Amino acid sequence: MTEPVLETRNLSKRFGALTASDDISIDLRAGEIHAVIGPNGAGKTTLIHQICGELRPDAGEIRLLGQDVTRLGTAARARAGLGRTFQVSALAMEDTVLQNAVLGALGASGRPWGFWRPVLNDRALRTRAQEALHRVGLDEMMAAPCAALSHGQRRQLEVAVALTLQPRAFIMDEPMAGLGTEGSKRLTGLLDGLRAQAPILLVEHDMDAVFALADRISVLVYGRVIATGRVDEIRANPEVRQAYLGEDA
Amino acid sequence: MIAERHVNLALVLGLIVVPSWALAADEPFTITLATRAVILALAAVGLNIALGIGGLVSLGHAAFFGIGGYVMGILAYHAQTFTPLDLGAFSIAGTKAMPVIWLAAIVLSAFVAAVIGALSLRTSGVYFIMITLAFGQMFYYFAVSWRSYGGADGMSIYVRNSFPGLDTLVPIQFFALCLVLLGLVLYLNARLVRSRFGLALDAARQVPLRVRTVGLDPLRLKLAAFVLSGAVTGLAGALYADLNRFVSPAMFSWQFSGEIMVLVILGGTGRLFGPVLGAVVFVALEHFLGGLTDFWQIYLGIILLLIVLFARGGIIGLLCGKRGLHD
Amino acid sequence: MQAGAGPGVFRGPPRLQRDRTARHMSAILIVEQILNGLQFGVMLFLMAAGLTLIFGVMGLINLAHGSLYMIGAFVAAAVAGATGSFLLAMICALVAAAVAGAIVEIVVIRRLYAAEHLDQVLATFALILIFSEGTRWVFGSFPMYLEIPDYLSGAVTLPGGIQYPLYRVMLIGAGLAVGLGLWALIEHTRIGIRIRAGENDREMVAALGVDISRLYTLVFALGAALAGLSGAMVGAIQSVQVGMGEPVLILAFVVIVIGGIGSIRGALVGALLVGLTDTLGGVFLPELFKLFMAPAAATSVGSALASMSIYIVMSLVLIWRPTGLFGGRA
Repeated sequence: MTEPVLETRNLSKRFGALTASDDISIDLRAGEIHAVIGPNGAGKTTLIHQICGELRPDAGEIRLLGQDVTRLGTAARARAGLGRTFQVSALAMEDTVLQNAVLGALGASGRPWGFWRPVLNDRALRTRAQEALHRVGLDEMMAAPCAALSHGQRRQLEVAVALTLQPRAFIMDEPMAGLGTEGSKRLTGLLDGLRAQAPILLVEHDMDAVFALADRISVLVYGRVIATGRVDEIRANPEVRQAYLGEDA
Repeated sequence: MIAERHVNLALVLGLIVVPSWALAADEPFTITLATRAVILALAAVGLNIALGIGGLVSLGHAAFFGIGGYVMGILAYHAQTFTPLDLGAFSIAGTKAMPVIWLAAIVLSAFVAAVIGALSLRTSGVYFIMITLAFGQMFYYFAVSWRSYGGADGMSIYVRNSFPGLDTLVPIQFFALCLVLLGLVLYLNARLVRSRFGLALDAARQVPLRVRTVGLDPLRLKLAAFVLSGAVTGLAGALYADLNRFVSPAMFSWQFSGEIMVLVILGGTGRLFGPVLGAVVFVALEHFLGGLTDFWQIYLGIILLLIVLFARGGIIGLLCGKRGLHD
Repeated sequence: MQAGAGPGVFRGPPRLQRDRTARHMSAILIVEQILNGLQFGVMLFLMAAGLTLIFGVMGLINLAHGSLYMIGAFVAAAVAGATGSFLLAMICALVAAAVAGAIVEIVVIRRLYAAEHLDQVLATFALILIFSEGTRWVFGSFPMYLEIPDYLSGAVTLPGGIQYPLYRVMLIGAGLAVGLGLWALIEHTRIGIRIRAGENDREMVAALGVDISRLYTLVFALGAALAGLSGAMVGAIQSVQVGMGEPVLILAFVVIVIGGIGSIRGALVGALLVGLTDTLGGVFLPELFKLFMAPAAATSVGSALASMSIYIVMSLVLIWRPTGLFGGRA
């Protein structure tokens, strides 16, 4: 088997008495969407923070494309190929949609030290940003200030900014949160097409979306991965049904 | 609501028309006031790069203003006393040439800003404010105890420094020189705002996490902004010293740091011409209110308080409504 | 933009006997300077404790804290001048600063709790302008003096035969007593429990039915009273004038940056560190440089370096711990 694109090995993180990540080993393989689900407080956000570099694990290792990135900061991991979207949109609200996307392209170019030429006139950056916006269906909104976007459009823009990075792996933190059925369906379609470009580690509460999209699912409960497998395996797993559905139902 | 560019245009026209009138009416004091406004505006434009775009609340910018002033003072002092300036390993001659003095002021204040910025940016929020304030005080006390250059009394420079082709002692010529410099810096500032760096820095102020997530380091962006900011304020300090032909530790005082910040907020934070409007209004208030009462700063305090509590966008915000530096 | 050069902060040393020069740098001189540093540090602590409390509980950076210090000093000087009673002057100073603090909190400050730090800085800077100019308007530009009463003047003989001014001994004692009282208040009273709770979770405290805005006014007035008391006590060993508060304010900032914002214990440690560094540096650094430099140059370099010493200490602490010695959050 080829090496996974992204992998955590025995990741552990404690906050005082609380074990937020308990020996987590999951992997993300080329071409797949790997969903991480679990009840509230299962440690999904903590896991993402560690993968993206906002939190340092107490023990364990994070590997991206075979390289150990455990000690790298957020920016360095982004440069190494992680494209992340946020649960609560982290966009420059005072800027336009296009500016937000260009920021992504600028980050990907690695050359922010231009003081003279207008960044929006830079053809390469602009093209890259526009392509990403087109991909998520925000062409029409390019000149709009970000603050004027609807909730769903902000979700789309989040994905577009991640796209401008042309990442090797996407990390998406509840992209469906707060979306209506319609918006959820549209974003599901978008993500479905993305997996060919780069695999997606998808943390999500929306079970319809998860079962529609995921190639594999890992179930996180109290910081532990209690099961990993294909959708049908997870559906059938008694432990999952008890721990997960038992709480939900 | 008035378009922001109309306000800017009126401001530029005012800065040309009023001194021209003063020249015709033989009112040199008005020209000096206008020069003062232009130089303070330049200092505030400098601060605005860090504060308005970068979101860095520096309460120690007097350090750079003072360094610019002392660079001018020291170089001119050695030129007027015909003594070499001993720098340890080697010594250089003083100079009265403005371009050389400006360059030295810019380089030295940028260097100091890099050191102060690198230390202060280890922290954020209130710590950053207090630390920049404390570094400003450090320079203040250093200047007070530095007896070779006047200590607490400061030192006088007898003849204004020279600029090729100009008679800088003629008020309108010195004014024009300062205005051109201000215009140049504003132009560079406008380019910067729209540049790659400007976009990244502006985002680093709004959402540092996003900037990291696209692979950029917000701290390095902010440090660069702090250095540029310090350099511009340092240049203003050199001009200010030349205007008064006098430098003293007061240029390093924390009150001055506070006042530059007031200029920025009075006009409108993050607006290209905000600091310019703020400086013009400040100098006008100082002149007219100061003529009416010895306690004019009470009124300045009240105006400032009202602006902070009720008019967050400053005067430009009141006139033009909400909008950022770029649109 | 005439910035008043700050009047000498209450850093100590009017040395007792001028003939004790550096050449006989005796143990007596060292002890004397340590006491001066201690006295300076204790007074700084009273300022810093109020600042750090106000920041810790309300999240407010208050530049006008120095104005409350100044108000204390002016009221003390005026009351002592009118009545001749030093004790009454101290009490009036404390009450006046507390009342001024409460008024300012109700009229201006409480609108700033939710505001950005920049707004807090500017609004409290505006308050400084108003207070300073207002004081100049009421009391004039000339310094006032507060006499040390007879029963506190003169010197005491400390163990080892060291003569030291009684008043400064009193300052150290009073400052430490107030510090102890503050600690007891916060650790062992109901108000203290609420203050500590307010630091941790203001919504929760409000939800539990504590009148949060009264609590905030109270904390602000308490901080103001400490500043006013400190100003009044120091007013007797330096001239009382407009602008006396700000140099102290800035040193108090250095103190709480070193100690960690929000930590009273940090304020105490930081204040003593700053007080001792500043006092001892000013006396001993020039002497140190005389060991290997010409005396004139040594005095110049030494005193320049001494004036920067506390800021150097601050930088070192920051490099080591960006949130201060006892600080948790940035």
